[in-house]
Amino acid sequence: MTRQLLLEHINVPGINTFEVYRRMGGYSAVEKAIKTMGPEGVLEEVKTSGLRGRGGAGFPTGMKWSFLAKPEGVPRYLVCNADESEPGTFKDRYLMTYIPHLLIEGMIVSSFALGAHTSYIYVRGEMMQQIRILEQAIAEAKANGFLGKNILGSGYDLEVYVHPGAGAYICGEETALLESLEGKRGNPRIKPPFPAVSGLYNCPTVVNNVETIAATVSIINDGGAEYAKIGIGRSTGTKLISAGGNLNKPGVYEIELGLPVEEFIYSDEYCGGIANGKQLKAVVAGGSSVPILPANLILKTIEGAPRLMSYESLAEGGFVSGTMLGSGGFIAFDEDQCIVRNTWNFTRFYHHESCGQCSPCREGTGWMEKVLFSIENGQGRSSDMDLLVNVAKNIEGNTICPLGDAAAWPVASAIRHFRDEFEWHVNNPVESQSRNYGLANYAIMANS
Amino acid sequence: MSEGKIKVSIDGILVEVEPGTTIMNAARQIGGDVVPPAMCYYSSLEGSGGKCRTCLVKVSKGSEKDPRPMPKLVASCRTGVMDGMEVQNITSPEVLEARKGIVEFLLINHPLDCPVCDQAGECDLQNLSYKHGIEETRYNFDRRTFEKIDIGDKIKLHMTRCILCYRCVMVADQLTDKRVHGVLGRGDVSEISTYISNAVDNDFSGNMIDVCPVGALTDRTFRFKNRVWFTKPVEAHRDCPTCSGKVTLWYKGEEVLRVTGRKDEFGELEEFICNDCRFDKKATSDWVIDGPRSVKNTSVISSNHYELPAPPPVIKENLKLQTENKKQLERAEKLK
Amino acid sequence: MLNINNTENIENVEFTPELIGKFNEIVSRYPEGKQKSALLPILHEVQAIAGWLSVPSMNKVAEFLNIEYIEVYEVATFYTMYFLKPQGKYVLEVCRTGPCCLVGAEKIMKHIESTLGVKEGEVTSDGLFSWRGVECMAACGNGPVLQIGPEYTFYENLTEESVNQLIGKLKNNK
Repeated sequence: MTRQLLLEHINVPGINTFEVYRRMGGYSAVEKAIKTMGPEGVLEEVKTSGLRGRGGAGFPTGMKWSFLAKPEGVPRYLVCNADESEPGTFKDRYLMTYIPHLLIEGMIVSSFALGAHTSYIYVRGEMMQQIRILEQAIAEAKANGFLGKNILGSGYDLEVYVHPGAGAYICGEETALLESLEGKRGNPRIKPPFPAVSGLYNCPTVVNNVETIAATVSIINDGGAEYAKIGIGRSTGTKLISAGGNLNKPGVYEIELGLPVEEFIYSDEYCGGIANGKQLKAVVAGGSSVPILPANLILKTIEGAPRLMSYESLAEGGFVSGTMLGSGGFIAFDEDQCIVRNTWNFTRFYHHESCGQCSPCREGTGWMEKVLFSIENGQGRSSDMDLLVNVAKNIEGNTICPLGDAAAWPVASAIRHFRDEFEWHVNNPVESQSRNYGLANYAIMANS
Repeated sequence: MSEGKIKVSIDGILVEVEPGTTIMNAARQIGGDVVPPAMCYYSSLEGSGGKCRTCLVKVSKGSEKDPRPMPKLVASCRTGVMDGMEVQNITSPEVLEARKGIVEFLLINHPLDCPVCDQAGECDLQNLSYKHGIEETRYNFDRRTFEKIDIGDKIKLHMTRCILCYRCVMVADQLTDKRVHGVLGRGDVSEISTYISNAVDNDFSGNMIDVCPVGALTDRTFRFKNRVWFTKPVEAHRDCPTCSGKVTLWYKGEEVLRVTGRKDEFGELEEFICNDCRFDKKATSDWVIDGPRSVKNTSVISSNHYELPAPPPVIKENLKLQTENKKQLERAEKLK
Repeated sequence: MLNINNTENIENVEFTPELIGKFNEIVSRYPEGKQKSALLPILHEVQAIAGWLSVPSMNKVAEFLNIEYIEVYEVATFYTMYFLKPQGKYVLEVCRTGPCCLVGAEKIMKHIESTLGVKEGEVTSDGLFSWRGVECMAACGNGPVLQIGPEYTFYENLTEESVNQLIGKLKNNK
């Protein structure tokens, strides 16, 4: 059984209350950080731990924190990104629902390390239930002296507020999130300046994902070195994986980074194999934005080494034969799924969620959606695949924020790995309306 | 090296600029073909730029201190120069390729109704497409359309032509005391609108027409009166209590058809003018004439007939650009 | 096209003292002078009253926050959770994104459409229901899912039967 750092007590009845959480050892990280470590000490432990951002980009958290500008007399902010909206990802909702105090405890130690006295948790508006849960948890923590003025008699003051979004995937991008938190449209800012220098209200700001902040608790409790022992290489610690799609046991799993993908999919401890006795066709391993891989390439790298759930192993082979860990949204496709339809669906998502600020993303996402829709509906042309690859290339890297890349990668990778399925759609416009391409030759690859 | 200045090279041409200058403005100090095109950036509007992506350039050397190239193309209008930075604009095939893609994106939903558009002849998008676009479209779907609306009695909003540069919103924010229009909606259906019927009525609102890079905002007092290349621009001024009073008058015969602000070589207004000067002073007797406006000889306005602008410098014919390009590529390879 | 030509018949909107108190509490979460930050949460509160955001109610919010009307319209039209026209009492929002479609979300949407007898975005004649597809709601492990505002209660692992039961239950609630 994997070591559980985040979800260890998730099944303890009443763990969502302060009382039970505290009885299980909760808020000891706050005591340790404030009474014995000091802000620098916390920062050092987080650096030692090798913790990387769990929202998708995987940037080292300690390094991000150390970039924070600290001009005299200017407030600094910590903002927690709980705008979880990457298709396939639902770990933050799970964590906030069942063990909200873990996030609040993480918020306190992280804010303390950064010298922030006001911190915000930006929760997507649809998670009204989780907003209530967090507000309740904050009130309990405050009533017990872990928030508010003079925490634990240390002289350190901190207020944590929950801020709701209102339906916009783009607000998961950190500068769009800050705009939204300032009451504006969620248009990503043009960088530089980066939030570490000029973020919320033009003050130095750190934006971290829910899971990242929650992970700081065990780093403080057990020490960064202990955390760094878990995992593999530069992928240290544990990671929450949201497993969805055609799996026997979809759900949120905490894994040690480095777990073989095959074990994760097929072992009964995790997803328990593909649902209804079907075969695996493809996997999107890190949320809808990352390149889709056919079954053979997700289980093994092109060199034949077993693929592991880690930042490095999933990325092996680059975009030619690899993908990314991303936010850990693991979506499994069985043999009956149509890659063309799914690619269209994802592209519709990005088209719908593009903020419209910069031209490549505003125009390109809609264009790709229309082309994919026509292929899916039997009106594709043989030139469409090259057109899609070219439009994706023209978007990628040329936009203000990563949404453009996120829209381009799924299209480019689907055509790269499943081109024959796209061509089959184009060449068989009638037949493709009544049946799926199925596994076709992928089956052979998957079993080899 | 001059005191406090930093050195940057753009397409192999060295220039010394003040710290904090953007790549775009450094290029404008050099002038000519190395200046990246700008559809949304407007130097006198704070916060403008970064959106249209036509000014993307390649930074092949970050700075003297940190020579690593920047991983992606950057928006030259919003990226500051560093000492020793080396930038490639027209010497980078990658930049030209990306720009071609951007122009295509800007055009796929544009109505291409230049024959009936008042902006034709002085349209930034038209010029950009001539220079960087491709001749045929790969987009075979219905184009996005909006209804035309009047925002006030002087300005027509033709949203279908808009490229969402946000300049007019910034004019309203920064020049007028009350903004009643803005960008509504999201993604490719976002639009400039007042939401509820509302007149944009303000002493300086007419500048929205001049900053608009396309024909989305046009002067209702000039609408359909003439093609700009049949009119003769003349610089004039008057003693205006509200603005500088320095304008360009556009004559057809003896008649002033339109008044605009004076634009510099990059298409930006030298000074914003008030609505009184723009819309209500259309008699020669209102003005003191300064003389004819100089117009670039590539412009249709000067030639009074259609002519293709000079083709962009082709790398294979230009020895200097060729050697520079080769050097830059070698350096980039070394750093990989 | 986001332009309302008919501005007649716009009634006056008043916020109750309780609501104003709630607004003030929300504003107090943000630094002095940054009251615009309260816009999103306040719009949620206002929408919870009538189920949508009318122009007068948005104007009133602008006046309360001391910002221009257009700043509220810009925000309200950007975010998909804000409704700019009246909806059914219960808005069934079904996730239509990839992972939910892998487990049958499209079928559920078709079923809702035929059960309610109205197209996406339309309101049933009794004013009780409207429905629409929304993008990923971060509940992919339990798809298909739908949510119902203003409390955004989640209904997961939907089947045609469970949707029937839910609609029946809501009808009885009135």
